Amino acid sequence: MNDQTVNVCGLTRRFGNTLALDHVDLAIESGEFVALLGRSGSGKSTLLRTLAGLDAPTAGSVQVPNERMVVFQEPRLLPWKTAAQNVALGLKGSDAKEQARAALVEVGLEHRLDAYPGTLSGGEAQRTALARALVRDPKLLLLDEPFAALDALTRMRMHVLIESLWKRHRLSVLLITHDVDEAILLADRALVIDRGRLVASIAIDLPRPRDLSQPGFFALRKQLLTAIGVTDVELREPAAKEPQAASDGTVAADSIVMA
Amino acid sequence: MKVTVPRLVDDPALSISIAPATKKRSRQWLRVLSPVALLLLWQIGCSSGWISSRTLAAPSQVIASFIELTANGSLQHNLLVSLGRVVKGMSLALLVGGSLALLAGLSRTGEYVIDAPMQMLRTLPVLALIPFFIIWFGIGEVPKVALVAVAALFPIYLTLYSGIRGVDPKLVELARIIGLSRGALVRHVILPGALPTALVGVRYSLGISWLILVAAEQVNATSGIGYLMNDARDFMRIDILVVGLLIYALLGLIVDILVRWLERRLLGWRPSFVGTAA
Repeated sequence: MNDQTVNVCGLTRRFGNTLALDHVDLAIESGEFVALLGRSGSGKSTLLRTLAGLDAPTAGSVQVPNERMVVFQEPRLLPWKTAAQNVALGLKGSDAKEQARAALVEVGLEHRLDAYPGTLSGGEAQRTALARALVRDPKLLLLDEPFAALDALTRMRMHVLIESLWKRHRLSVLLITHDVDEAILLADRALVIDRGRLVASIAIDLPRPRDLSQPGFFALRKQLLTAIGVTDVELREPAAKEPQAASDGTVAADSIVMA
Repeated sequence: MKVTVPRLVDDPALSISIAPATKKRSRQWLRVLSPVALLLLWQIGCSSGWISSRTLAAPSQVIASFIELTANGSLQHNLLVSLGRVVKGMSLALLVGGSLALLAGLSRTGEYVIDAPMQMLRTLPVLALIPFFIIWFGIGEVPKVALVAVAALFPIYLTLYSGIRGVDPKLVELARIIGLSRGALVRHVILPGALPTALVGVRYSLGISWLILVAAEQVNATSGIGYLMNDARDFMRIDILVVGLLIYALLGLIVDILVRWLERRLLGWRPSFVGTAA
């Protein structure tokens, strides 16, 4: 199992005068779970969008499999379609309905098949988005802070779910997060990105299933926080909420225009 | 039984009043009282000669004329003619306005070619076009239907166009990720997303088409509600004029109910509709 799912070489992305990504080299092995940590505006979303094919690099080479799916922080479900219809949308073949149902059952939503997104809870909506990604059988799953908007308890449940799905489907996963604990709980390796450069790659070899009380957890936590550049002094100061990076998610309204 | 709820804040605007359902229904019934009282006043005013019959017909007389017009079939006939004109005009407006909005909304070229002239034309007062339409199309059915169509076209065009452009770009991006074709993107994402806005336009268009019809049917018409009223004016039949007014009001109401029903059917997915959809 030494083949690579993702191979990025010298990836650079410029927005006008700002350098969002600066000569990024990244390889993700088949079946590897990689977490990407960084502050707001560090370039982590740009990297994910490049891997997803939503953003073109200014320079460098990017090799990704065609079979890749993205789950965003907001579930992006079509409000006028039921959970099952959302998952089945775009699937080809006569058994699309059955596949969608199976995917929703897998994420524990067999009782919400015909529910409209407006009636789903945050966790249910996010699980539907996961089912929609998994039903397409991706080799690479890109997760853009998918748990950031969920409450703590729901987030813990989602952690368990995503780990089991990752194991069962033998996926390569790139999880973007700003939550250090989340990265340690889930990933084989944590990368730290700062001002467009990958500044650290830290292997996490704690035995699974993991929890916060494991020996070694806090050492890793400290190591990662230092890599991100968070100091004790900064943590004691009242946290100023950082604005979301401009490159986070949205595209111009013009994208609807197709000709 | 009166239920009192303790006030949270000493400001009546901020206080919450909760009443049992039955209480609410009886209050709603009270709302009918005031219109009924007005009708009574109107009737008394006419019967006592306080309001001249040359100014306004008494409600009793209006009802009598209504029955008379229905009995000899002229009301139904003229109503059907008017209805036909609105249906034809609206269909044309939906077809043309819808197609133009799709072209302008979905392609950049379409926007350049279509949107600027449409934005200019929509500022023309449609009623000022009546002389042109008579010169171009004569005095038959065509100018009447065309007038309705032109008036109804703009709200449909504007709302569908802005609805298409207002679709959440994040959903369009998602469609790209899951590999939807262009056709599927329009069918599953863009059109349903634009529908709530477009339906507002349809509702507005239907209201306008009746409004325009009133004017259009006063020009050289030989049938239709507008003709009925024009004729009544010539013979000083104020009672029939009032019947005509009532019919127009009723039609407006029915059309509104129809579109609301349509909205409930088509937009059942909206959280605010979930309760009534069941």
